[in-house]
Amino acid sequence: MLAGAEDAKEIFLNPLAWYRDNDITLRVGVRATEVDTYARKVFADDGSVVAYDKLLLATGSRPFVPPIEGLSDADGNLKAGAFAFRTIDDCNAMRAHAAQPRRVVVLGGGLLGLEAARALKEHVAEVHVVHGTSTLMNQQLDSEAGAILKAGVEKLGVQVHLEKRTVAVLGDGQVTGITFSDGTGIDTDLLVVATGIRPRVDLARGAGLAVQRGIVVDDQLRSVDDPDVYAVGECVEHRGLVYGLVAPLWEMAAVLADHLTGANPTAAYRGSKLATKLKVAGLEVAVMGLKEPEQPGDEFVRVSEPTRGRYKTIVARDGRLVGATLLGDLSRVAFLTQAFDRGTALPDERLALLFDLGGPPEAVSTAELPDDVQVCNCNGVTKGAIRACVAGGTATIKGVMEATRAGTGCGSCKALVADVVGWAAGGAVEDDPSSSWYVAGVPLGKAELVAAVRAQGLRSVSSVFAALAGGVEHAPSKPGLASLLKVVWAAEYEDERDARFVNDRVHANVQNDGTFSVVPSIPGGITTSDQLRRIAEVADRYQVPMIKLTGGQRIDLLGVKKDDLPRVWSDLGMPSGYAYGKTMRTVKTCVGIEFCRFGLGESTTLGLQIEDRFKGLESPAKMKLAVAGCPRNCSEAMVKDVGVVAIEGGRWEIYVGGAAGASVRKGDVLATVDSHEEVVRLSGRFLQYYREEARYLERTYDFVPRVGIEHLRAVVVEDAEGVAARLDLALEASVDAYHDPWLEAAEPRTPNQFSPAIEVGS
Amino acid sequence: MSGSPPAEAEHHLGPVGQVPLGEGRIFDVDGWAVAVFRPRAGGVLAVDPVCPHRGGPLADGLVGGTLVVCPLHGWTFDLASGCRVGGPEAVASHDVRVEAGQIILSRLAVSSGPGGD
Repeated sequence: MLAGAEDAKEIFLNPLAWYRDNDITLRVGVRATEVDTYARKVFADDGSVVAYDKLLLATGSRPFVPPIEGLSDADGNLKAGAFAFRTIDDCNAMRAHAAQPRRVVVLGGGLLGLEAARALKEHVAEVHVVHGTSTLMNQQLDSEAGAILKAGVEKLGVQVHLEKRTVAVLGDGQVTGITFSDGTGIDTDLLVVATGIRPRVDLARGAGLAVQRGIVVDDQLRSVDDPDVYAVGECVEHRGLVYGLVAPLWEMAAVLADHLTGANPTAAYRGSKLATKLKVAGLEVAVMGLKEPEQPGDEFVRVSEPTRGRYKTIVARDGRLVGATLLGDLSRVAFLTQAFDRGTALPDERLALLFDLGGPPEAVSTAELPDDVQVCNCNGVTKGAIRACVAGGTATIKGVMEATRAGTGCGSCKALVADVVGWAAGGAVEDDPSSSWYVAGVPLGKAELVAAVRAQGLRSVSSVFAALAGGVEHAPSKPGLASLLKVVWAAEYEDERDARFVNDRVHANVQNDGTFSVVPSIPGGITTSDQLRRIAEVADRYQVPMIKLTGGQRIDLLGVKKDDLPRVWSDLGMPSGYAYGKTMRTVKTCVGIEFCRFGLGESTTLGLQIEDRFKGLESPAKMKLAVAGCPRNCSEAMVKDVGVVAIEGGRWEIYVGGAAGASVRKGDVLATVDSHEEVVRLSGRFLQYYREEARYLERTYDFVPRVGIEHLRAVVVEDAEGVAARLDLALEASVDAYHDPWLEAAEPRTPNQFSPAIEVGS
Repeated sequence: MSGSPPAEAEHHLGPVGQVPLGEGRIFDVDGWAVAVFRPRAGGVLAVDPVCPHRGGPLADGLVGGTLVVCPLHGWTFDLASGCRVGGPEAVASHDVRVEAGQIILSRLAVSSGPGGD
């Protein structure tokens, strides 16, 4: 129930029908006069008594009327012509009172007073603001900002009187003027009191509840004296603070609702971070948190342009934004508000906080992106579409991805999608337990899944569904499980063909028209005239619509019909290049010292050696490798999953986690070694660790930064965890399990494996 | 791959073993194509073989329960009803059964979902 609201208007946040429809008894015009917390009863001025189980006090605040001689009478009523100001609506009432006021004086140069002055200036010729201290809005602004604000206010024609203490309101029964402590004064018959608000606490105090500046509540918004009495809004004092803005009220109300309804018994309100954005006297102002540094280590950046009416400061503590003031130029306010609200780490270039220096870091600029910006470039999903989806009630990242398809294409925008969802949900993103699962269809993380698979001896995908997913098959999870089982069991893996994506069933890459592309293995990109002739003959024989050189230095035959695949492979007489699988794909090479005049190492020899060893190696996502014969990096080794670069002195740098696809990332140096054998050994050990630890479809460019290059060096190079020997052995088993899938041309593994259609006569 | 055979006709598609367990295969019934699936849960199910999104080959899709996922862009259909999961589209579904190890496509049902053909 609502208690103590004086004016029916205050209740009409909702239409009357809403109360009725929601089974809420609304008693308008009834004033609660007393609360008996022992009897659990509320007494009202109409003589009625209401019993309660839980009581919520939302008595709000009242304008503060300073003790100035002649301002109010003994009963606290303001002298005729004086008005207390809370909202713009109050201004309207004042204007109605004095039909054509010529002059008005506003007491108080804070937020309220300046808002009142601006609103009044539109209708009243002469507006004065009287403020007790030397700085307008001194609660929020430092003196320099206050001076700029004052200039802006004066430009509007408002006269500002600073450091004036009002000691008397003149007039007998009707305001005629005010007098200051220095003896001067202003004649006026309209006086607006905007000197702040005070929590309305009479009811609570009368009930014996703890009241200091406001009703003292705990983190569950309960009175510290009575757990059955709650209070929210401007009437409460929480952790020593009283709030006078609406945002904290919403935050309190959300916690209250969760707690009271039992939806989340642990819900806690821990105070609000205040960020205010308003237009004062035509000047845009945004303030949040601290206005000045408070502790010795606090950073303070200030840019003051008084003649341009601009002023900007930030206060940072431990690399986080703890306060900011913007005057006149609010172009960075969204970015700063987000950084302030979330406590995100600030960019090193502090000035980038205050000026657009050519693009802020992606992660913190989410709020600033316009609605029509395309977040997911694969599926054409805009920021606005994601915002609408969240507004429609979808609160998990996965839910939004499923509903909008954002992030479900190449996946490179997933982090941005998550940011936008977080921003749209105001941080209220629901935890999606499945986000930590290895695949969506089995409720286990990778480590638990591997443990369960090992413990229960689950060697096939169907047995995993049966044992670990309640027998419920989930189609998109099948290839991920197959990949994992193959890594765990190597040759002991029980291959079920239906668990494979079509590419892996027919060992070719499905194209947009249902045909396939065929890429034979050309290790290191080194071919022969004989191979080229055979490829040309096959292309002619099977009328291949396109022959294309790939980025991995191979030859792609595109548009091959499914039933031609076995014959194409046989006629080629070359092994599969695995250009379709979540496997090691190719090792790209440059010619190194064999031919290149700059070459420092035998890159082709090493490339061939690596490709032969890792060919067809199953992995969480595809792996593209390269070897460069010198740091000119012609084979792009520094942006490969594993790249090896020859450097002077007969040594090789091993880069891991590079990418030049949907994401671009230069790899991190795992180690610098001095022999081919060492390159093969360490890169293999890294690959095995990646195979075992990475999430399904997690490329090395996500995996490496996730686990950290230092950790990888420790495990792979220094063997800090003592797993190196086991990793080497496990890799060896997988290498030994290699077979050329194109040999299935001679003996298909499933009925009609390559049939486009089974003919049936009727 | 087009045209319609007579309604209510029964078509004997041959041994169920022509479709591997958990996979789908396309049958060409006198010039009319239908995708027949053998879910691991048992039985057979049949739908039109072309994904209404971008023409993807549904018979090459992964099957889980009675759902098939188009291999091109992941549109998912319930093989029993033909309805797309998470969208109003549908593919025509067809009554099909196994008798004495033989697949019998017993009649051509009309698509049960909106947007089907």
